[in-house]
Amino acid sequence: MTSAPPHREIAVVAFAQTGHRRTSDELSEVEMLMPVLHEVLDRTGLKTADIDFTCSGSSDYLAGRAFSFTLALDGVGAWPPISESHVEMDGAWALYEAWTKLLTGDADTALVYSYGKSSPGPVRDVLTRQLDPYYVAPLWPDSVALAALQAQALIDAGDTDEPALAAVAARNRESAAANPHAQLRGAVPQGDYLVRPLRTGDCPPIGDGAAAVILAAGDRARELCARPAWIRGIDHRTEAHGLGVRDLTDSPSTRLAAERAGAFERPVDTAELHAPFTTQEIVLRKALRLGDDVTVNPSGGALAANPIMAAGLIRVGEAAARIHRGDSDRALAHATSGPCLQQNLVAVLEGEAR
Amino acid sequence: MPEVLKAPLVVEFPFTRSLGPVQSAFLTGLRERVVLGVRTGDGRVLVPPVEYDPVTAEEIRDLVEVAPTGTVTTWAWNPAPRRGQPLTTPFAWALVRLDGADTALLHALDAPGPDAVRTGLRVRVRWAAERTGTITDIACFEPYDGAPGEPAGHTGVFQDPVTGIVAPARLDYTYSPGRAQTAYINALSGRRTVGERCPACRKVYVPPRGACPTCGVATSEQVEVGPRGTVTTFCIVNIKAKNLDIEVPYVYAHIALDGADLALHGRIGGIPYDEVRMGLRVEPVWTEGARYPDHYRPTGEPDADYDTYKELL
Ligand SMILES: [Zn+2]
Repeated sequence: MTSAPPHREIAVVAFAQTGHRRTSDELSEVEMLMPVLHEVLDRTGLKTADIDFTCSGSSDYLAGRAFSFTLALDGVGAWPPISESHVEMDGAWALYEAWTKLLTGDADTALVYSYGKSSPGPVRDVLTRQLDPYYVAPLWPDSVALAALQAQALIDAGDTDEPALAAVAARNRESAAANPHAQLRGAVPQGDYLVRPLRTGDCPPIGDGAAAVILAAGDRARELCARPAWIRGIDHRTEAHGLGVRDLTDSPSTRLAAERAGAFERPVDTAELHAPFTTQEIVLRKALRLGDDVTVNPSGGALAANPIMAAGLIRVGEAAARIHRGDSDRALAHATSGPCLQQNLVAVLEGEAR
Repeated sequence: MPEVLKAPLVVEFPFTRSLGPVQSAFLTGLRERVVLGVRTGDGRVLVPPVEYDPVTAEEIRDLVEVAPTGTVTTWAWNPAPRRGQPLTTPFAWALVRLDGADTALLHALDAPGPDAVRTGLRVRVRWAAERTGTITDIACFEPYDGAPGEPAGHTGVFQDPVTGIVAPARLDYTYSPGRAQTAYINALSGRRTVGERCPACRKVYVPPRGACPTCGVATSEQVEVGPRGTVTTFCIVNIKAKNLDIEVPYVYAHIALDGADLALHGRIGGIPYDEVRMGLRVEPVWTEGARYPDHYRPTGEPDADYDTYKELL
C-alpha cells in the first residue's frame, strides 16, 4: 500500500496588474508586461532566479503573430534557462497549471502572468477564430453577437430585463471608480444597441493590459506574505461547443467547477466574476448561488477592464489582494473563456483567521 | 520621444479541413438541399450533427433528415453586419431548432427589422443559389408561416460526397513594434544600427526589444553598433525559397556586429559559399532605397580570434 503524498497548501502571495487602456501602441508586449513582473516580484522580494516555475497565458491571434509569447519571455529573464510553460488561454488557466506543479512538490514558488493587446486587431472578429471551424466560424458571428443571443435567452426566460442589466453595468463601473487600474470608471452611458438586446454599456471595454501573480507553497508562502490567500480549491469545466446544444440561461460548468472547488461548503464574502457582459453576471450569480450579501466585483470586474487573456487571472488576483489586505476572509474567483461562458474556472481563496 | 511606427498587418489563411463521416454527410446534404441531423444514444436528434454523443462520448452516425423549417429559440438583432457575415444588410442572428431536431443551429435570419423577430418565430431555410457543401449553402433563414416542411427520409448517402472544406480567414491588424524596435527601424533608415544596453549586465542587445532577456529588466540606453562584424556561425542554404530571388547555394550567418553582445542574422555575399568561415570579418552592403542591408560581404581584415566571439555563438 502506498501512502498518499502529503497535502500541500498553496497560496497567492502577490498580485500586480497594469493600468488597462484602450491602446498601448508605444509598448511592445514585453514592454507592457515588464513593469508588472517587476512589481509582483518586488512585493515578495523574490528575484527571477528564485522562481521555480513560470507559466503564462496569452493568444497569438490578438497579436496576429505566431509564437508571440516567446518574445514576452524576455521580460522574465529566461537565461539561464528556466522551467516554463504557456497556455493559449486566459492566465487563470496558467495559474491552474502552476498550482498543479506546486502540488506535485516539484516547485515551491511559481510566477504566473498573462497579457493581451487587443488594440492592434478587430477583437470581435478575432474571437470568431476560436469557434467551431466547420459550422460556425465561416459565418463570422462576433463575440458581442453571441453574447446577445445569450442575453435574449435570459430575457425570454424572465431572468433579467434591460433595466436590471443597466443596474449591473452601473454597479460594476461605480465600484471601479476606486480601482486605479480600471479602463472604465464611474458612470458610463448604457448607449445604443450594439447587437440587440446588448447596448454598449452591457459590453466590456476593448483594451490592452497584463497581470501577474506569485504562488507559493506552505511555509514559503508565510515567509513571503503577511496574510497569504490560500487556494482551498480550484477546478475548471467546459461545456459542449455547439451553442444550440446548451441552455444559455444556465452555466452548469461553472456550478460543477464551484462544487469541486468547495465553493458551496461555506459562504464566501467576496466574488470576483469574469463576466465581460452584464448578462453573464446574471447567469453566474445564479450558477454560484451568490446571495445579495456577497460583495460581487468590488474591482469593477471585466465590465471595467477586460484585457483578453488577463481578465480571468485578474479576478483571482483581485480576490487574493482583498484577502491580503484583510478586506475578505473567503473569496471566490471565477474566470471564463470561449463564447457565452463556454469554459469556466472557479477558485476558492481563504485568509487565515485574524 | 518620436512617434512609434505603425503598419497594416494582414493575416490571411485558407484553412483546409477534412471532414469526418457525419460532417461530410451534413455538408453534402446542404449542397443537395437536404438537412441532416444525427441521432444520439438517448434518441435525441442533433442539428448540426456531431460525431460523438455529447453526453456519452460514444461515436454516433445514425443520420436523420429533418425539415428545412423550424422555430427561433433565441435571437439577436445585428444592426451593423461585419465583414464575412452572411448578410450585408441588418439581420438577426438566430438559433433555429429545425422541425424534427432537438438542438438549434446558428445562422442569420433575414427580416425587415427587430420588430419582425421574436423567440418562437417560424422560419425556413433560404438556400444559396450556388452550393458547394459548406454551412453558407444556407444563405440565411427567412420568416415563414406555412406548414412544417416534410423530410423525405434521406439516408445521408450521397453520390460524390464533400470530403473537405476550405475556410478562408482574414484578419486586419495595425501592427506597432513598440518603442525599442521603432528606434531600431528608424536608425536603419539612416543606415545605422542601434542596440540597447542592459543597465544590469551591461550587454548590448541588437535588435533591441526593450528588455534584457537575461536580467528581465527594461533597456533604454541606445548604443550604435557595427557597421562591421564577425561571422559567429553559419549554414549553407541549398533550397530556393519561393518568391526569393537569390541563387542557391548561399550562406546565411549569425553576425556579431562590433559592440553588440548578441548576434543578428544575415546573408553573406561577395565570397564563394564554401569559403565562408567562423570568424570571417564582414560589413553590410546596402542597396538603393533599401530599409536594411541586402547582405554582408568580407571586409578583407584578418579573421577574428575565436576567443573574441565564443560567448556570442
Ligand atoms: Zn542584463
